[in-house]
Amino acid sequence: MSTRGEGTQREGASTPLPRADFTPSGADETFWAATAEGRLLLSRCESCATIVWYPRPFCPRCGGRGITWFAASGEATVYTYTVVRKARGAYRELTPYVVAYVELAEGPRILTNIVGCDPAEVRIGQRVTLVFDPPAPAGDGEGEGEVRARLYRFRPSG
Amino acid sequence: MTIRGKAFVVGAYEHPRRDIPDLSVAEIHAEVALAALADAGLSPSDVDAYFCDSDAPGVGPLSMSEYLGLRCRYLDTTETGGASYLSHVGHAAAAIAAGKCRVALCVMGGRPRTLRIAAGPNLSGAPETDYETHWGITDTVHNYALAAMRHMHEFGTTSRQLAEVKVAASLHAQHNPNAFLRKAVTVEDVLSSPMISDPLHRLDCCVMTDGGGAVVIASAEVARRLPRRSVAVLGHGEAAKGTGTGRPDLSHTAAVWSGPAAFAEAGVTPGDVDYASIYDSFTITALLALEDLGFCEKGEGGRFVEDGALVAPHGRLPMNTDGGGLCNNQPDNRGGMARMIEAVRQLRGEAAPEVQVPDCRLAVVHGSGGRLATRSSAATLVLGREDA
Repeated sequence: MSTRGEGTQREGASTPLPRADFTPSGADETFWAATAEGRLLLSRCESCATIVWYPRPFCPRCGGRGITWFAASGEATVYTYTVVRKARGAYRELTPYVVAYVELAEGPRILTNIVGCDPAEVRIGQRVTLVFDPPAPAGDGEGEGEVRARLYRFRPSG
Repeated sequence: MTIRGKAFVVGAYEHPRRDIPDLSVAEIHAEVALAALADAGLSPSDVDAYFCDSDAPGVGPLSMSEYLGLRCRYLDTTETGGASYLSHVGHAAAAIAAGKCRVALCVMGGRPRTLRIAAGPNLSGAPETDYETHWGITDTVHNYALAAMRHMHEFGTTSRQLAEVKVAASLHAQHNPNAFLRKAVTVEDVLSSPMISDPLHRLDCCVMTDGGGAVVIASAEVARRLPRRSVAVLGHGEAAKGTGTGRPDLSHTAAVWSGPAAFAEAGVTPGDVDYASIYDSFTITALLALEDLGFCEKGEGGRFVEDGALVAPHGRLPMNTDGGGLCNNQPDNRGGMARMIEAVRQLRGEAAPEVQVPDCRLAVVHGSGGRLATRSSAATLVLGREDA
């Protein structure tokens, strides 16, 4: 996988974080296709009702094979974070940026970035809200019918 | 069935070099394997089992056992990152106890320093990849920093306390002529080193070195007729911890499972331990392991490591007297083997005199692998002096 420029514009930062540049497969296609429409899908097990992250076509708790997709509310709190000051690859020139686990209102803790604020203002327990990177410009090298995934990140609420 | 009393570490060797541009990984394997056998007083023809990780060249145990001229009836390539080598010893001991083999050679080596290969799993094709790799966790330290930040939030752990782990390692490394970093550092040195990923500084991170190591595990019958003092494998435990259904708990590691299993098999408690070798990829790695293995209560790790508690020979729990991964050696970006070899030195009474723990009878070796804030392994060994 690689990432490339032109993703989320960060307040106080001159360069956006790299946006998605990969081809999801299998059950993951449903999930990533929804990101293209600005929705973060979660899967619930039809047998034991567990909301499972990361998405997969079965339930790792009970082994159930039936899952139902639904859209997350987008509300979350910061479970933990780090301000990255030295990085490699597409992120190398973009430090400092914030990587975090946020706990979704629905339960799962997911890896993401906190954007739209000074990294020094991020705190554990802070309320944050889902934002998606802007869609890729039309005709930007993507094949016909290919999923145009967008990365989900979070910004301080309010 | 228990492994207690059935298997012994009869030979050990740590490659003395930290920059090895002139040898292939296979040649490093051969150097440490042959030296560990010589240390044991054995030859390749005595070996009937081979253990290596997935970084071993070629088709792992097939290529390497052929290269070394071994004829094996037992092979194992358990791959759990830095903990692999402790698992190998545990598995070798179980295989010996079950009569599947008598002399097991466990080998590792690598050249990340020469080849500039950063640590980290190959996530290509892994189901979690697209949910974890696109947000700028480009280095292992970023992942461990998430765990360190959470520990500070939950328990009030400070950067000064994490720095104590590095300070102790550096005090020990002064006495290790092969250590990559031999200069003693202070808490202030750690805090004033560049921040890499909050709250971890450069000096909270382990070294990056070429190198390798090997140990020879043998049955009681074989150990008895060898001239060298051997070390008993008394207990072993291992575990994997992941994100479950997506609610990862970053305050605990898989050591909460591997530790009690190893102590129970050995019939001892953390309070009985004279010396600990604990994989210290980062200062937080060792601190979490100390808590999870039961050397202190959960959340008390920061206070536990203060006041020179880890400094040999007289600290409350001398730890990583070779300088650990933080100062001495991190061959192939994996710390388990080098830590284990120092525990063998301590139990043989062959550590550097300045850091030799007096009357060292019982040691714990603990390794971890993978990434602490997502999915990681743990393996724990309890080792004892021959007469323990």
